[in-house]
Amino acid sequence: MFGIMAISFSDIGVALTLAAIGGGLVWLTIRSVKGREVPRRLIFAFVFVAVSLPVLFPITFKERMTPTVKAVFDKIESLPPGSRVLMSFDFDPAMAPEVQPMADAYMRHCLSKGHRVVFMSLWATGQALMTTSLDRVVRREFSQKVNGVDYAVIGYKAGNEGVLNVIVTDIRKMFPTDVNTVPLDSLPIFDGVRSCKDFDLVLTTGGGYPGAKEWVLFVGDPGNVPIASGVAAVTAPLLYPYYPRQILGILGGIKGAAEYEHELVNRYPQFADTPAPGLRMMGPQTLAHLVIMAFIIIGNITYFRSRKKEPV
Amino acid sequence: MRRSTIIVLFAVVVLFAVSWFAKASAYNGVQEDYILRGFLVTISAFLTLAVLSFLYADNPFYKFAEHLFVGISAAFWMCMGFWSTIVGNLIPRISSSLSASFKVPYIPSEYVGPFPINWVFFIPVIFGLLLLMRLSSKLGWISRWSLAFIVGTTAGLNFVRYMRSDFIEQISSTFVPLLVEWRGIGSFISDFNLNIAGQFVVMLANWVIFLGVVCGLIYFFFSKEHTGLTGRASRFGIWVLMVTFGASFGYTVMGRVSLLVGRLTFLFSDWLGLIKQ
Repeated sequence: MFGIMAISFSDIGVALTLAAIGGGLVWLTIRSVKGREVPRRLIFAFVFVAVSLPVLFPITFKERMTPTVKAVFDKIESLPPGSRVLMSFDFDPAMAPEVQPMADAYMRHCLSKGHRVVFMSLWATGQALMTTSLDRVVRREFSQKVNGVDYAVIGYKAGNEGVLNVIVTDIRKMFPTDVNTVPLDSLPIFDGVRSCKDFDLVLTTGGGYPGAKEWVLFVGDPGNVPIASGVAAVTAPLLYPYYPRQILGILGGIKGAAEYEHELVNRYPQFADTPAPGLRMMGPQTLAHLVIMAFIIIGNITYFRSRKKEPV
Repeated sequence: MRRSTIIVLFAVVVLFAVSWFAKASAYNGVQEDYILRGFLVTISAFLTLAVLSFLYADNPFYKFAEHLFVGISAAFWMCMGFWSTIVGNLIPRISSSLSASFKVPYIPSEYVGPFPINWVFFIPVIFGLLLLMRLSSKLGWISRWSLAFIVGTTAGLNFVRYMRSDFIEQISSTFVPLLVEWRGIGSFISDFNLNIAGQFVVMLANWVIFLGVVCGLIYFFFSKEHTGLTGRASRFGIWVLMVTFGASFGYTVMGRVSLLVGRLTFLFSDWLGLIKQ
């Protein structure tokens, strides 16, 4: 009746979060202006609060695709249904919070567009995470898709860039069978596929070695195969020199994942209720970054004050 | 052992037991192996908190988590090395009977001759055995043959790829038009809206790439004293490098915060059950 009824428990939590962080920062600024140093443990506690409260009381922001993300989205959109996509899971549990949301979003997008997807990994740890994603996305949300026809799992192969060097000319030399030891020749999805060059797109997810860079060096450039990547934040700046000629698009860190998820939900409303970890993580991200920026300012205030006090 | 240490140790053991019991009770009737699942979630939460406790001070819980991680990683990679490299790559190519016993499909030899085996794959086996000589103090030098082969092969394999992708293609990407195709003053002015496809933004981006690369290279050119025009270009090069490092640092912070969010989500969701994923 008064509009106050619309305020939820989550909204109160968000307001409390912002008040706690804002109040704390003001207190620290006053403290530093007075010339008192901020203890190291207080900074850790502050970051902990700034991250944990938005996790408990989610704050979400609207995302808009940046050109590097849009290029990947548009490429998957523009491929005709039935196109073949090779997707590589080159990451470990340490990178999973950042990279797995991208992999899940790629999976949803490709399969809902009717593309045929082959899943593989250059990291031993990637196979287990691939299985998690397959259970969560493919087998739960796309149960009508048939293994071997609509998608195939060829799994992990040891050899790093050596594997890429071979599959760019002959995929069966490295992967004679899929993970269930079914020969690739008996899988309809591999009809007419001899090498990576027969795929319409390669989607790499990861952020270490071997990763997107090796895919560009050993498959993208020599095989003239379009490569798009979703990488951990620490790797993203190293890949920008390859964009847009050698890598057609990059999802950098959780921000890239959030942008992609937002666009996916916009274009495909059926995914409105599916988990969007990228979007959910942007709240804590934003607040944590604001807090870190505030600490940089507070640190500078303390530094200049201490310099002023020093005898010349 | 100090009294405070005993109290902390006792409190952690009690909390662990309570958490295990509570999680197992929560999973009872919902999940199979609820006692084991309760234990696994509790141990994951304990290890997460143990690692984070280093931020307060170095302590035995952190040391335990660190040693456990290193030990498990070493064991994991040793097992993966055996099952993926030797069983996954080698055995299917050298023996049908061994392949059958390890339940991996045999890959027959393409070689036609008196011995229908992939003899060529015995070379890496020998090199691998030579590599193990590192474990001997007297015969360690023999492993250098394998190392030389590894280094040589990697360098040879990567040289061509890096030359093409990181050298030629990157230089080629730097050759950008400083004056893009002129579409008229109206189009140029309307593109001031910083639309990425706009003529103004494209031209601005190309100038930044050109000046950034040239001035960045001048900064690393030490054969001429950095004074006058060279000095100014070199200073601009430093700014370009600083912006690059700043962008990398920003991304790194984002990555680290993402990991923290991931761990906290686990603690609040899987362990404490405060939020739904």
